[in-house]
This record gives sequence, structure tokens and C-alpha cells, in this order.
Amino acid sequence: MVALWNNLPHLVQIWLLGLGKGSLILVWCLANFAFAMVLERKVSAWMQNRVGPWRSGLHGWLQAIPDLLKLFVKEYIEPRNVDRPLFILAPLVGFLSAVLIWLIVPIGPGGTAMNLDIGIIFIAAITGYDVIAIFMAGWGSNNKYSLLGAMRGAAQMISYEVTLVMSIIGVVMMVGSLRLSDIVEAQVNRGFFGWFLLPQIIGFGVFIIASLAELNRAPFDLSEAESELVSGYHTEYSGFRWAVFALTEYIHLVGWSSIAATLFLGGWSGPNLPQVLQGLGNILNGLGAFTNVAGDAVSNAAVSIGFMNTGMWAWAVGFIWFALKTYLFVFLAMWIRWTLPRVRIDQLMDLGWKFLLPVSLFNIFLTGVLRFVAVNYNGLPVSLGSFTLRLLGLWAN
Amino acid sequence: MAYSYVDILATAIVAIGFILMNYLTVWLLAPKNPLQGEKLETYECGELPFDDALVNFNIRYYVFALTFFVFDMEAIFLYPWAVVFNALGLAALLEMFSFLLVLAVGLFYAYKKGVLHWV
Repeated sequence: MVALWNNLPHLVQIWLLGLGKGSLILVWCLANFAFAMVLERKVSAWMQNRVGPWRSGLHGWLQAIPDLLKLFVKEYIEPRNVDRPLFILAPLVGFLSAVLIWLIVPIGPGGTAMNLDIGIIFIAAITGYDVIAIFMAGWGSNNKYSLLGAMRGAAQMISYEVTLVMSIIGVVMMVGSLRLSDIVEAQVNRGFFGWFLLPQIIGFGVFIIASLAELNRAPFDLSEAESELVSGYHTEYSGFRWAVFALTEYIHLVGWSSIAATLFLGGWSGPNLPQVLQGLGNILNGLGAFTNVAGDAVSNAAVSIGFMNTGMWAWAVGFIWFALKTYLFVFLAMWIRWTLPRVRIDQLMDLGWKFLLPVSLFNIFLTGVLRFVAVNYNGLPVSLGSFTLRLLGLWAN
Repeated sequence: MAYSYVDILATAIVAIGFILMNYLTVWLLAPKNPLQGEKLETYECGELPFDDALVNFNIRYYVFALTFFVFDMEAIFLYPWAVVFNALGLAALLEMFSFLLVLAVGLFYAYKKGVLHWV
């Protein structure tokens, strides 16, 4: 098998690898879709004091499969006066932009499909396609609701894309690299309190708000506001082509959550079981003040499972932390969606241009000054977060 | 190992292939009965559509698109600077801040002119 592989021409190897990675990413996206969709319905049911899906699978967790089977046998209706090429291409473009984001997300130590050194610019570029997809769908449908939704969607997404891109610059300045795996490595080296959540708290807030707007999720779901525009840009879509929009929405949601986790919560970094046990043993031993049997036993257990620090185990632990952090953000988005009412379009544009954009410019300015002081006058307490931590003696770096 | 951009194209092919495969399944399984009454009319909450939906845009989009363009270009200038600014020292920092200041003044001007207001 290995010999056969080595005998293949280089170009064929590259393409086979690429197709393999693409297939894995697609499977991963679909699994995430199936889970996130049911999770959304479960969470909304929980927040509205309902039961939610309960029949298919254990407590309804396999609801995505019957939904999909149903959509396979739905008639596909294409209205008479649509702009056919745009109408047919729009779901494909949207789906593509949702899937391609996953290429550069580090899902474990060294677990990136494509370790692009321009990762963040790639994200910004891929996001641009999503605007095109929404606009193609709205314009191609030749429906007034769809067109209004698409116009709102386009205005909203280009406004918030600027803000989004600006809010990430702070992180890039802290790391000095656009590669997502470098950003995670930097956070691993800085430790828990150095995750960019605290040092970049302004950027984090702006990023979360802007990515909700970018995802067209409530309270910013103006392009598909069902109480005003039926369902906005996908009013005319039915059957499986509508399902592609649903797929896109949830894959995008999980994708953006994973990017938020990577940029601000340390990606796949996190303690593994030996480290947790070691810490627990230290605490039981009173940090060495009163060594006792229980503390020693826990510490010894930590040493005996030390093999979990390396190899496949480390990868698995990294992956679990990554998934947990990603779904923390997914849950946050759902929580916001089912809690807050929708904003008006003018409020939305005002928030983006008149508040978030100046704030993110200020964040660049602040980060620039603080980083400059930190690099050139090493030892000065620089940012507010690190100053507090230094004061408490929790961080000396 | 040197990477290439083949992965992007390959993933795109896989994703599009998956969707097209599903379209094929739908074509095989789903009923097709398009000529039933007014099924193919544009949906307007039960009324028959009275006009074409494809109309001229409001000019406001033009201003927003221009502002977006300016700030997106700015972001493209900011990213290379953000990557290397630690090595460049004080001069680069001040230069970029003056650049930011110009844009901030521009944004403030647009704000005062009222073009960022969505009616």
C-alpha cells in the first residue's frame, strides 16, 4: 500500500490528499450540523419551557436524520419568474463559504487541514462569499421579501465585516502572526491568564457582537426576519435547496464559534488528566505544607498515567478542549438568540458604524501603545489585566 | 512539507459534489408536479404578485459600500503592519496611528454629514 502510494506522481498525491481532507471536513461539518441543529431546538425548548424534539433516537438527539429524509422526498418548487442561474447557484456558494472556513481551524495540536500563514485574511476572504450568496438568493428569487432581506443582509454583512476584521487585528498584534496555529501556540505559552480573552477584552466583545451580525443570527437576523419578511432571502426556496441554507447556517455558526475559541480562548489548549490530578494532589497536600496520604496517592496516580501527556492522548485531549470551547460559543449564540428581541435595521447600522467601528479602532490604538511599551520597556506592568495579575502575584512574565 | 492551495479547490469540489449528489437523490425520489394552479407564482402571502421585484437600489447602498471599501482597504494595510510592528519600532507605530487618525477623522466627518444614518 505504501509502495503503491509512493509510486504515484506528486500531483496525484497532492490531489488525493486534498480530496481526503475535503471529505473529512465535509463529514465533520455534517456531524456538527446534525448536533448543532438538535442542540438549538433543545436549547430553545428548554428556554421556552417546552419539551422539544423527543422521539427519534435517545431523547430526540437523532432528529436531524428524519428531517433530512423528509427533505429528500419534498417536491422542489422553482417559481416561474426567478433568475434561474442565480437562484440555483446561491445555495452552493453559501455552503462553500461555510465549509471552507474549516480548512484552517486548528482542531488539535498540529491538527489543521491546511496550515495557511495568511489564515485570518483567508477567513475574511471566505466571509465575503457569504454576502454574495445571500444577495444572489435574494435577487434571484424575484420576490419582494427576498430582495428586501438580501439588501438588508448585504448592508449588514459588509458593515460588520469591517468591524470583525478590525477586532481581530489586536490579537494579530499580540502574536505577530496570521497563522491560526501560531495564535494557539502563543496562548499555550502565555498560560491560562494570558489567553486573549482578558488582554483583548475589548476586541473580544466587538468580535462576538460582529460575528453574530455576520452570521445573521438573532438579535441581528434582519435578513430573514420572519415577522416582517416571511423568511427573507430564502422565502422562495423549498425542499432540499432550502436545506442547503439550513446546513450553511449551522455549519457557519459552529465554524465562527471555533474561530472565536481559537482566537480568544486558547483553541485546543487546556489541562489534561495528569495535570489536573497533579494540581489536585498539590492542593490536597496544602501546596506542600502538610503532606498527607490522600494527596500523595493522587499525585502518584498522576505520575502513573503520565503517558497521557504525549502522542495520541495529547491530541485527543486537545480535541476535547477545542470541542468544549467551540460549543461554549455555540451555546452562547443560542442563548442570545432565544433571549433578546430583534433590533431595527437603523439601530443595527448605527451600532456597527458609530459604536463598534470606533471602539475597534481604539482597541488597535490601545493594543499598539501597550505592546510597544511592553516590548521596549520590559518589566513595566502593561495592560490592565496583566497589571492586576502581577499585583496578585499570579503572573510574572 | 510545503503546502499548496490544492486543498481549497479539492474541498470545494467535495462540498459541491455532495450537494449535487443530494440534488440527484431529490430528483430521483421527490414528486414532480409543477403545473398545479398557481403553484409557480412568486410567494406574496397568498396574493398574486402585482409587479416585478427587481427594482433600482436606493443610493444609500452606494455610500455604505464606499465606506466599507475604504475601511476594508485600511484593514489590508493594517494586517501586514500588525504582524511585524514589534520589530519596526516607534516610527512605524506613529505612522500607522496617523493613518488611523486620518480614517477616524473621515469616519467622524461621514457621521456628522449623516451618511451613516439609515433611514
